[in-house]
Amino acid sequence: MNYTWNWGIFLEPSPEGTGTYADMLLSGLSWTIATALSSWVIAFCLGSLIGVLRTLPSKAARAVGTAYVELFRNVPLLVQMFLWYFVLPEVLPGSLGSWIKQLPNAPFYTAVACLGFFTASRVAEQVRAGIESLPRGQRMAGTAMGFTVAQTYRYVLLPNAYRIILPPLTSEFLNNLKNTSVALTIGLLELTGRARSMQEFSFQVFEAFTAATILYVLVNLVVIAAATLIERRVAVPGQR
Amino acid sequence: MRLPLALASIPLSLALVAMPAAAQDLTGTLKKVKDTGAITIGYRDSSVPFSYLDGDQKPVGYAMDICLKITEAVKTHLKLDKLEVKLNPVTSATRIPLIANGTIDLECGSTTNNADRQKQAGFTNSHFLTATRYVSKKEKKLDKIEDLKGRTVVSTSGTTNIRQINEANAARSLGLTILPAKDHAEAFLMVETGRADAFVMDDVLLASLAAGSKTPDAYVISSEALSKPEPYGIMLRKDDAPFKAVADAATKALYGSPDGKALYEKWFTKPIPPRGINLKLPMTEAMQKQFANPSDSPDPAAY
Amino acid sequence: MFQNFDFGVVASSLPYLFGQGMVFTLTLTALAATGGVVFGTLLAMMRLSGVPGLWHAAKLYVELMRSLPLVLVIFWFYFLVPYIGAWMTGSPNPIQVGAFTSALITFTLFEAAYFAEIMRAGIQSIPKGQTAAAQALGMGYAQTMRLVVLPQAFRNMLPLLLTQTIVLFQDTSLVYVLSLTDFLGAASKVAQRDGRLVEMYLFAALVYFAVCLAASFLVRRLQARVAIIR
Repeated sequence: MNYTWNWGIFLEPSPEGTGTYADMLLSGLSWTIATALSSWVIAFCLGSLIGVLRTLPSKAARAVGTAYVELFRNVPLLVQMFLWYFVLPEVLPGSLGSWIKQLPNAPFYTAVACLGFFTASRVAEQVRAGIESLPRGQRMAGTAMGFTVAQTYRYVLLPNAYRIILPPLTSEFLNNLKNTSVALTIGLLELTGRARSMQEFSFQVFEAFTAATILYVLVNLVVIAAATLIERRVAVPGQR
Repeated sequence: MRLPLALASIPLSLALVAMPAAAQDLTGTLKKVKDTGAITIGYRDSSVPFSYLDGDQKPVGYAMDICLKITEAVKTHLKLDKLEVKLNPVTSATRIPLIANGTIDLECGSTTNNADRQKQAGFTNSHFLTATRYVSKKEKKLDKIEDLKGRTVVSTSGTTNIRQINEANAARSLGLTILPAKDHAEAFLMVETGRADAFVMDDVLLASLAAGSKTPDAYVISSEALSKPEPYGIMLRKDDAPFKAVADAATKALYGSPDGKALYEKWFTKPIPPRGINLKLPMTEAMQKQFANPSDSPDPAAY
Repeated sequence: MFQNFDFGVVASSLPYLFGQGMVFTLTLTALAATGGVVFGTLLAMMRLSGVPGLWHAAKLYVELMRSLPLVLVIFWFYFLVPYIGAWMTGSPNPIQVGAFTSALITFTLFEAAYFAEIMRAGIQSIPKGQTAAAQALGMGYAQTMRLVVLPQAFRNMLPLLLTQTIVLFQDTSLVYVLSLTDFLGAASKVAQRDGRLVEMYLFAALVYFAVCLAASFLVRRLQARVAIIR
């Protein structure tokens, strides 16, 4: 194999002049994490809302929820990314469109919005499944206690549903984290993108990608450990 | 399949290569081409007019034509009745690893030949000379490198240009936001749609992209350059002297003949597909010198 | 907002979009799904085998693939596969692997990790009594798997396998990063050449949406039928 390994490459200065190649990858990692966390906030809130909509008695509410989920689940993420980045500013009124384009860090905000809305459709499905898995008696008990629909969700259904769906939510969170790499196509300087730049500047393809692989695995392990901790903290004593 | 180790490590002299192919054992790319009856060319999406997709999405261009001459020479050299030419799309970011890992045998586009890259790949005789500049919308009134201070610029990932603008950004503290784009068309689009203020690239590519855009008059190329005129070369695998010798001989013969001049004129001074734009870039003195006496030197000062 | 739209550009590029792009996408999806299910089933069997080295290796593979972004894996394999080929065949030079083959290998190996998890659940869904009964009939491991467990596991998991295939169909759009001409790649090449991003990307989104919606509707119908039989 005519490939020259050079593991010392990480300590060499990158041509960007702001540090070594290792710094370059770590800055990529921090963008990945920032994007993943910010988009998760949107995904979690919006996804819960849509998931709840799909379980409400109102037919219209359910239709809205279903339409949202089908729309965002059936278009590839990369296409959605292009729609947000290239198409949205063009179809908005002129001044608003150019305001969006002039935003500093536009790829970051675009990626956060895109991933947030995309992952929301997946979170919504989990939330709906969680609520539907609860015995019907719980909803009835809430009504019998004199709770409004909102109160039934707030105090009875959602706290139980979230506990049930914590494991699938963790894997959605991890999917969201991995999906941030799709944003390299719109110029976000996240981890995979930085590994690719490092390969271009240093020509050390396999070192760059190995380092990125290790960083992704580490982040995954941290997230899984954190999720296990949360699961234990929120577990209702006596259950399971 | 396995070659005797001793033979593989002997650098074959040019004299040996000039001998009929059947009289010796082939190595490297030539052996592969002989065995498989096929050669793979890497082409670009939007390196106008070097290597790009025409109206029917077929790769065409100045460098593509040169490569076809090289494949003809390979065919003659190996005495093949038929040589299949396969095409594989590459980007600035994938071309060097793909040459190294054997996915493509010749990269025909707008690859700058420099000393750094010589460590990764081989280059045949240079086919163009170009300097790094930037294109921006006229209304933004940008002309010098300093004018970019604090702005967002885009360049194509994997190019020497993105490296140069990064280095300039650090050295002159310009405070730029540098976005990497997948290919030249995408990068130009960022300027067109206002996502970036300027696109830093080889001036010849900028001129072609601007000329091919919807409003050619709306763009201007900076007067200040970020580099000296650097040579473009057709890329091939490193340490493959016999194959390089065939490519060098073929390009040398082409550049020295009237065909070479006609080829240059076909792409740079006449209307080109898909929209019949004329780039109006007559041959510079340095290029005439290069055609008369071809060189594969990575050093800009050699031209 | 639609007055500047030129949908003629979509119409004139239809043969290219579907003749080349969609054919690439569908071929890649079909082959990678088939390969992925086969390799995934093997991984699932390895993981459930209880043989120390074997199940560790399968678990490591599945967990590693599932913790990496597909984009990174696509880059990895595009650059690495020729070297692996050379190593496997003992050739001194990297083996030439075309772009399509490389993408096919990538998606097969990547999706196998996801199919493996589905098949693992499928195999586990078969009551232990059935394996015991098969063994009582004198069947060996291979026979038990082939004749008793796997046919039922496939049947039970068919809706999930097909849903994952729809995901795979969407994921193939990521070969865009390699400039290959899949459906999205074809659309973006036309979009960039003619400066018609809005029309082309909206059209691409519409096509993906229609195909995936129809496919997931069919999967749901199938699911309902399988559920009744069970």
